[in-house]
Amino acid sequence: MGLRIIPPDTNINFIGVRKYAYAFSIILILVGLISLVVKGGPRLGIDFAGGTIIQIEFDKGLDIDRVKSALNDVPLSGLTIQRFGQDDENTVLLRTSTEEANPEQIRAMVSEALASNMADTPFTVQRLEMVGPKVGADLRGKALEALFYAVLLIAIYISGRFEQRWMTSAIMAGGLAGTIYVLQLMSLPTTYLIVAAMLITLALCWYLKLNYALGAVVALTHDVIVTVGIFSLLNKEFDLTIIAALLTIVGYSLNDTIIVFDRIRENLRGKSGKSSLSRLVNKSINETLSRTILTSGTTLMVVFCLFLFGGGVIHDFAFALLVGIFVGTYSSIYVASPILLGFGPTLPDSEPEDRERAAV
Amino acid sequence: MNRSLRWRIVLTVCVALLAIAYVLPTFPSLVTDGLKRILPERQISLGLDLKGGMHLTLGVDVKKAVANSMAQTGRNLRDEAREQKIAVFRPEVTPEGMLTFALLKKDQQKQLEDLLAASFRQVQIVNRADEGNDRMVYSLALKPEDQTNLEKLTIEQAVKTIRNRIDQFGVSEPDIRRQQDNRIQVQLPGLDDPERAIQIIGKTAHLEFMLVDDTADVSKAVQGVLPPGDALYFLHKKLADGTISKQPMVLKSEVVLTGEYITDARTQFDSYGQPYVSLNFSDRGAKIFERITAENVKKRLAIVLDGAIYSAPVIQEKIGGGRASISGQFTTDEAHDLALVLRAGSLPAPVEILEERTIGPSLGQESIDKGVLSALIGGALILVFMIVYYGFAGIIADIALIFNILLIMAGLAGFGATLTLPGIAGIILTIGMAVDANVLIFERIREELRKGFSPRAAVDEGYSRATLTILDANVTTIIAAVVLYQFGTGPIRGFAVTLTLGILASMFTALFVSRILFDYWLKKRPANAALSI
Repeated sequence: MGLRIIPPDTNINFIGVRKYAYAFSIILILVGLISLVVKGGPRLGIDFAGGTIIQIEFDKGLDIDRVKSALNDVPLSGLTIQRFGQDDENTVLLRTSTEEANPEQIRAMVSEALASNMADTPFTVQRLEMVGPKVGADLRGKALEALFYAVLLIAIYISGRFEQRWMTSAIMAGGLAGTIYVLQLMSLPTTYLIVAAMLITLALCWYLKLNYALGAVVALTHDVIVTVGIFSLLNKEFDLTIIAALLTIVGYSLNDTIIVFDRIRENLRGKSGKSSLSRLVNKSINETLSRTILTSGTTLMVVFCLFLFGGGVIHDFAFALLVGIFVGTYSSIYVASPILLGFGPTLPDSEPEDRERAAV
Repeated sequence: MNRSLRWRIVLTVCVALLAIAYVLPTFPSLVTDGLKRILPERQISLGLDLKGGMHLTLGVDVKKAVANSMAQTGRNLRDEAREQKIAVFRPEVTPEGMLTFALLKKDQQKQLEDLLAASFRQVQIVNRADEGNDRMVYSLALKPEDQTNLEKLTIEQAVKTIRNRIDQFGVSEPDIRRQQDNRIQVQLPGLDDPERAIQIIGKTAHLEFMLVDDTADVSKAVQGVLPPGDALYFLHKKLADGTISKQPMVLKSEVVLTGEYITDARTQFDSYGQPYVSLNFSDRGAKIFERITAENVKKRLAIVLDGAIYSAPVIQEKIGGGRASISGQFTTDEAHDLALVLRAGSLPAPVEILEERTIGPSLGQESIDKGVLSALIGGALILVFMIVYYGFAGIIADIALIFNILLIMAGLAGFGATLTLPGIAGIILTIGMAVDANVLIFERIREELRKGFSPRAAVDEGYSRATLTILDANVTTIIAAVVLYQFGTGPIRGFAVTLTLGILASMFTALFVSRILFDYWLKKRPANAALSI
């Protein structure tokens, strides 16, 4: 037998401390939301806000103050200059929010100013990205839509798979689509539309008693909000890759949640009555705990490598994944399962024999 | 059991060989000439963020194309109306793209509308208003289907022109495609002069020849007082210090000849070594040019490109032979680029750069190096960890993991997918998550062993119980990846693709390949030998 991190007979009382976990989660979410409100929403990168970034690498030792003074006279509104990547990279990132000049003019102005004011330090423009306001707004809308559709599809899948209630989940999808259509007629901004859609999804899950889906959706919404909140607290920027990270977190968090749910459902079989439900849920979490810890551990290990060695462009993406994997692991233990318990998991009495078939 | 095991091994070996065949071409140093003949040619193609290059999203101003078309309709209408002695006054295009004009004799209403119905079927009358004084003001708009058609043609024409220009500019493997919302996406890998590329792509290159109205008062024109039928333009002159001076000039707004008659444009050098662009007209264009120059000797002819006057030489004599030239203080590159865009044809409407992403080649290589380094370190950590934690079973998981990565690479090459920086991150993430399926199975086997099952029964039980869980857990991640693919562009799609491939591969390797290894091992042992897991 190999090593063991979690002894087989571990029985940690996760369910017993769920009130503290709820409180902790609510505090996390509130802190994130307050930070978002105080800062006037998430800090959008150029993908969503529009603007230009230019990444410049200098051949030798970089003095950020010299760069700043060299670019002092360049007439670009909202020009910010910051170091990029690790200290030995001698790289700066310039950002402008300006829409008045085209990217080639900006490139020319910056190159000229640097060449004349810092003639002793050769440099190369490594990257220039410009996103116009129209494209920015489009990408913003599309990103929110993507998050929303992912959540909806996953909710439908979970309800169908776990409770054999494909019809009910179809009704949920229909109801949601209808409501969204009506809301769209009122021409609400996309953000509100998405928030409304999420609330409706939760309400429908609750009303239709799709409790597995409810637990999973609450958990992944929790994960996304907490990650976004932490990004806001640390003043990190949102761009397309962060949305990709958030969607991956959604997938990962569910992966985790489903494995616990699966065990709960398996343990429910053969049990009768609801007397020991909370003990059963707790047992299921404990039984899957070593897998949860192991997989989170290996995933964290590689993502941490990416975070350390992956370079500046991928740094925030890796950071989002790190946070997300932590939060996702936490939420499948402390959020998803307790919520499922709170609303009562459906007993799989009318379930077809797919599990038996698989066991042959 | 025995037979099925043999078949499963054969299948796995086939899959492995196929995967290797698809992966090898990506590493040319490993391929001998003999192998080259039997291997597929496809390599894993790298995204722009890894290869370096330029990504552009261009917006085509179709409104402008509609306005141009309406202006042309206006000119034709005026001409035809004149022939039929219908008094049509001042056709103009409104900012909304409608054509308005006044009919000066109300009793010609029927004649005019007959003419419209007969010769101008693409437009419809949206409004006719009685202005008094015997005047009727008409507003015409394109019929909806013609408008859609025109917009479609405009974009297609723009794509064609841009492709033409890029082909002549000489970029290998450019990718130019139409997108929704009148947008065109241009991808130019491995480009080293992005500024010049944009200059060439973005220039409308709408060339017009117009006569200069020397009788008009320029100073009044600058204040906005223009004689009817005239328009104010500026002559752009480059000064010694590189700035551009703009000298106002009054032109007759009628365009006497346009660039559509150009068949060729070349850079040439005058006797002072100054570059200029020489133009060749088609037969029809040559005839028009000859007539105009004959009628306007000693007058100035302005050459207007995209709304700015390049030069306004005095016509010395009738010019036959269909040749003209554009001079200006060009650099050789500028003259060359101008000739290129004129040769490749003008854009049917102006384009606007909506999005630009340029990655230098050195940064791309750096990203690859860093990505590969992270993957190697992360992968090595996992390989070691699995062996330490699961012993013999860990080796099985490691074999599955390596197979898994091989399959992802083969999938990328085989489906012609593009590897991007987030894609590399996707592979790295998959390495972490790939062992998940094996961990689930192994933990289950351990549980069954603890219950006192024999190794063989425990393995069977572990696999069968974990299978559905693994499917459920992975389907949700695939859903997220598919959504990501749907909405994402470029690099993000690359991430979605590798994530999906990774999950599919990990299900195959964990449920099928590692099972074979277990079965093979169990077959060789006595039934009650201990299982290292």
